[in-house]
Amino acid sequence: MSDITSGKAPKPSLWSKHKIFETNSIILVLGVLVMISFGGLVEIAPLFYLKSTIEKVEGMRPYTPLELAGRAIYVREGCYNCHSQMIRPLRDEIERYGHYSLAAESMYDKPFQWGSKRTGPDLARVGGKYSDDWHLQHLNTPRSIVPQSIMPGYPFLAKTDLSFDDIATEMKVQSFTGVPYTPEMMAAAKDDLRAQTDPDHPKAADFAKRYPKANMRDFDGNPQRITEADALIAYLQVLGTLVDFKTYDNKANLR
Amino acid sequence: MATGAIRNMTGGESFGALALALFGVTCLIIAGLTDHGGYAFHMVVFALASVLAFRAIIVRRYHGQGPEPQEINGKPNYNFGPVKFATAAAMFWGIAGFLVGLVIALQLAFPVLNFDLPWTNFGRLRPLHTSAVIFAFGGNVLLATSFYVVQRTCHARLAGDLSPWFVVLGYNLFIVIAGTGYLLGITQGKEYAEPEWYADLFLTVVWVVYLLVFLATIWKRKEPHIYVANWFYLAFIVTIAVLHLGNNMTIPVSLTSPKSYIVWSGVQDAMFQWWYGHNAVGFFLTAGFLAIMYYFIPKRAERPVYSYRLSIIHFWALIFLYIWAGPHHLHYTALPDWAQTLGMTFSIMLWMPSWGGMINGLMTLSGAWDKLRTDPVLRMMVVSVAFYGMSTFEGPLMSVRAVNSLSHYTDWTIGHVHSGALGWVGYVSFGAIYCLVPWLWNKERLYSNRLVEWHFWISTIGIVLYISAMWVSGIMQGLMWRAYTSLGYLEYSFIETVAAMHPYYVIRALGGGLFLAGALIMVYNLIMTVRAAPNALEKGVAPAAGLQPAE
Repeated sequence: MSDITSGKAPKPSLWSKHKIFETNSIILVLGVLVMISFGGLVEIAPLFYLKSTIEKVEGMRPYTPLELAGRAIYVREGCYNCHSQMIRPLRDEIERYGHYSLAAESMYDKPFQWGSKRTGPDLARVGGKYSDDWHLQHLNTPRSIVPQSIMPGYPFLAKTDLSFDDIATEMKVQSFTGVPYTPEMMAAAKDDLRAQTDPDHPKAADFAKRYPKANMRDFDGNPQRITEADALIAYLQVLGTLVDFKTYDNKANLR
Repeated sequence: MATGAIRNMTGGESFGALALALFGVTCLIIAGLTDHGGYAFHMVVFALASVLAFRAIIVRRYHGQGPEPQEINGKPNYNFGPVKFATAAAMFWGIAGFLVGLVIALQLAFPVLNFDLPWTNFGRLRPLHTSAVIFAFGGNVLLATSFYVVQRTCHARLAGDLSPWFVVLGYNLFIVIAGTGYLLGITQGKEYAEPEWYADLFLTVVWVVYLLVFLATIWKRKEPHIYVANWFYLAFIVTIAVLHLGNNMTIPVSLTSPKSYIVWSGVQDAMFQWWYGHNAVGFFLTAGFLAIMYYFIPKRAERPVYSYRLSIIHFWALIFLYIWAGPHHLHYTALPDWAQTLGMTFSIMLWMPSWGGMINGLMTLSGAWDKLRTDPVLRMMVVSVAFYGMSTFEGPLMSVRAVNSLSHYTDWTIGHVHSGALGWVGYVSFGAIYCLVPWLWNKERLYSNRLVEWHFWISTIGIVLYISAMWVSGIMQGLMWRAYTSLGYLEYSFIETVAAMHPYYVIRALGGGLFLAGALIMVYNLIMTVRAAPNALEKGVAPAAGLQPAE
């Protein structure tokens, strides 16, 4: 059909300069690459060197092997699709969930699980809020505890033995990318995992030394087995409990 | 016997066969070594696919089917096989993705439908839905249309002999691996980037070949200028490659484990994720589909693109501004405020190039508005551009921090996404496929325009029900969360706000059901078009009307 410019001699205007992009695909591709690089560089790169990005806090430690395994189950089941782990500094959220979340609290989270939707409540500070029994029954049959809940049931978790053959390697990969697991922690990973579910375990004292104040008990009400429910509940019970807010100085961390 | 075949093989065939053999054997070895069932299954699927592809190459040689000529009688010998495949795959995955969407919508209204089994629970099905509609349906639409448009606008056969097939088949294999992976619990746990490291690596190879096929076809063009649709396709392909590589920088636990850990953590990972996530919207669901708009609307309306200068401005502005918008997904989070402010500012500016695209698409109808009454396919595409305008106004609004404090974490976001996804991406895709099927299968017209009318109205009612239900539920829940009693206590417990959502979740599922019903009508119409519509008189019926190189 009609061509806008056909028949007319092209006027030497600024627009004719665009011809180079329309006639050379490599220059077009390079132009695109340049244009898309600004935003990413400016927004992402400073997060790695600005010291103010992650607040100075006391109490943060890497996850124990059992908590790490539980986190993997949290990710596997897609809990992040309905639960956030990021309390915003808004009055109602702080009253509902507790102190707003700090960047420091997810500094060892690979991947981060802040979430984007609250079909269910925020879980950033769910640790210690409910008993292990509550969690177990709620995971098995959510509506037996909260009748209006629309959460799926996860009865299979308490029936499935936790597979943790790779746990030491997983910690090694994490330490390789900045999580401060010591060689000792990695070497003792499997024993530590067992010890956390069993306070009478011969290595229990070593575990407690490596991960001070960690919860140490049978989480799923079945001491005979280490199940996926053990791991997931151990993870849920540590969420938001690590940072010591008594020593946290809010004013020192304005960003 | 074998030596004869090998002697006749082209370089590409030899390389392809060798690569497939090596890949297949490696996958089989890994399948034997791993003790993770789902991962072993995936490795067997890869090996099986390699065997089938290897066999196809060999059989092709024995049947004497070599590389096709570039031109026949001085006319380009277009390669439409991969386009046809991707078109059919788009409809297949579309139906699958809409259906899973309906299922999870019903699960939110009636939780008993989760069946409390690992592979049927909402948490695993929701990524299946998002990936199926975005990457499987949308991705195949983009593959089909880009391979069609680049050939037509360059007047050249698609570059490569086996490579275009590798791209469409490889991409769909990736979809199968990704989707079955979610059901088996193999996921990275990053929204819209759930596939694990081995699927990501495979997709990287497919994507690089895609870029090369697309570029090499442009290099063969008979036109001096690269048509505007192809700028958008190129920006989409290149940027998605950058985003995919950036957001999937993971270290596998081992070769025998499907798991990997991302290099960065916490706040940096969050920023990377939403830099990726928002630009999956910006470059996959926007730039790619704007390319579709720039070819199919002028073509169908038989009018030239409204403004060449507007297309230049809004192209460069769009790709420059979009990439900054990611932090608006992280308002009031532990992401530093300066990054949030940048994200908000650029999101608001993004309104302008978005509407530039909308205006360029709508005004292309100048002098042809009457066609909206008679051509339901054109109407569908024009309504899609209107939805594009609506959701790109709503987006900047929601990126304002104060608005976001209410809308974030609620169904408002879901409604916003679906006005873009169903209205814009869905409708422009349906319009393009309604155009493509008669062109590809050499038919004079669609089987039935009346059925297109039915599709249009049923799914429009569906979209309206969907997005209005989500507006109401989202804003209502946001307000309930922050409501206080006169004594200064929070008025509602969390579960009361969940219970209040029920009626809207039912309405939403109804809307989604109508959208699915419309798509099923479309599938019937397309199948009957291929089977029963009258043949076009002349091969390659689609005229180049309305399409000029961008100048």
